[in-house]
Amino acid sequence: MIDAVGLHKVYRLKKRRVTALNGVDLRVEPGEIYGVVGQSGAGKSTLLRTVNLLERPDAGTVRVAGEDLTSLRGAGLRSARRRIGMVHQHFALLASRTVAGNVAFPLEVAGAGRAERRARVGELLELVGLADKARAHPSQLSGGQKQRVGIARALASRPDVLLSDEATSALDPATTDSILALLRRLRDELGLTILLITHEMDVIKRICDSAAIMEEGEFRESGRVLDLIGTPGSLLARSLFPLPDRGGPDTVVVTYPRSYDEPLMSELTRRFDVDVNILGGGVEQVAGQSVGRLIVDLRGARRAQALSYLAEHGLLVEEAGQ
Amino acid sequence: MTSHAMTPALTLADASAEQGPLGAVASFLRAWPEMWPSLWLATLDTVYMVWWASVFSVLVGLPLGVLLVATDRGGLVPAPFVRALLSAIVNIGRSLPFIVLMVAVLALTRFLVGTTLGPTAAIVPLSIGAIPFFARLVETALREVDRGVVEAAHAMGTRRITIVGKVMLPEALPGLIAGLVMTVVTLISYSAMAGAIGGGGLGDLAIREGYQRFNDHYLWATVILLIVVVQVVQSLGDLWVRRLARR
Repeated sequence: MIDAVGLHKVYRLKKRRVTALNGVDLRVEPGEIYGVVGQSGAGKSTLLRTVNLLERPDAGTVRVAGEDLTSLRGAGLRSARRRIGMVHQHFALLASRTVAGNVAFPLEVAGAGRAERRARVGELLELVGLADKARAHPSQLSGGQKQRVGIARALASRPDVLLSDEATSALDPATTDSILALLRRLRDELGLTILLITHEMDVIKRICDSAAIMEEGEFRESGRVLDLIGTPGSLLARSLFPLPDRGGPDTVVVTYPRSYDEPLMSELTRRFDVDVNILGGGVEQVAGQSVGRLIVDLRGARRAQALSYLAEHGLLVEEAGQ
Repeated sequence: MTSHAMTPALTLADASAEQGPLGAVASFLRAWPEMWPSLWLATLDTVYMVWWASVFSVLVGLPLGVLLVATDRGGLVPAPFVRALLSAIVNIGRSLPFIVLMVAVLALTRFLVGTTLGPTAAIVPLSIGAIPFFARLVETALREVDRGVVEAAHAMGTRRITIVGKVMLPEALPGLIAGLVMTVVTLISYSAMAGAIGGGGLGDLAIREGYQRFNDHYLWATVILLIVVVQVVQSLGDLWVRRLARR
């Protein structure tokens, strides 16, 4: 749905040049929720803005739904943008308009008639659960309600793609949960493709099917979240499951990239007569799967066999002591 | 000691009070009905001049302020040279004291109105003085508009002219109204100065009757009326701004 190739972008500030994008390739499948995570200044905000050409890349092409946006200008670009919704960290609502007026804005821009606007605004506010706030002004709403208005507005022109610029970063944890749940529901119900940027690992864990870790204008790793977690040396796995850093020669990190019913650890001690001592770890719901990561000391004569037994069962085993 | 004997004493007291502050107020009030017709006409002249000068200030100053913001770096149509030129013109207008500007544009006034005397002629220098003033206030108000909102409008595929009309101006409206009120109040004070070179209005009356004919009553009366007009404009403006801010 989104296909960006070879994106480069350099900002020229007064004295220095800042490379915001240094050869980024991004591919988002239809109906997928794709999260780009990184520190501020990593270039993720620039990346998001190149997808709807708010930033024009110095090099590279951006295709959305098969259309090459980088070749468009003027009216063509504006009409392409109307097929891409965007939600903003600080909501970016018009203080001069009511909730209904804000949601109607993109419809006015697209030239929809009054009756059509009214019907569509009603539908959208129903969809985000704010039907009773149509006449309120944004200043009378909570942060979560403002973001729901932002989402309703982004969906007004029935886009295929939704871009989310740190949509939950200004919200408290409970509100973040409800907004993430809404985004996931919209994906499921409307078949939206969502590209989001965030600095919160939690967002990746909760709703993303795919993810990329971005640093200094480049993707360090990218792919399906569960695949990444099952990849040796994964930065994403390490960020999602911070483990204590105290490995001895016998220490291994064991990653469960999906849910398991078998009691693998007790099986291990029985079969191979090894001692297992858990130093740390965690189990989390990631992309709908129960995923875990453990750091354990594993000692015994048949240690190597024990480890290959785990690997045979699809677990990822990494020596931590090296 | 009859009551009859008291009367002259009372009259005397009245006469002496006439010399003090209370007496001055009393004689001012007695002179009011006689002054009123000319005061009323002068007030109407002032309102007439200020009204039309305000209309022209908005008609020219508003687009000028929009251009100052739009042509700036990171604006809707960045054009550094145009912006520098406009800014310089505005600064020239702002740096001339009004009374000098009035004299400087006499030729233009005669060309446009046919005369340099009277309230209609005064509208020309008043407008020219207020346009750059209002343009700067428009510029300031528009800069207060959240950049994120403008960016969001771009992301929704909005034309730039629509962004000005449907985003920037409505979002800046409270600031624009406050700027307009400030401009009108400044115009009222300019209009009094315009009186000095025969523009008519309350300033003209104060100079002619109050200063040149030493009639203090006219001086006070014009001061009072000017204060009343400014208060009315400011209060109505504040009310409007507060209404907008409550949303």
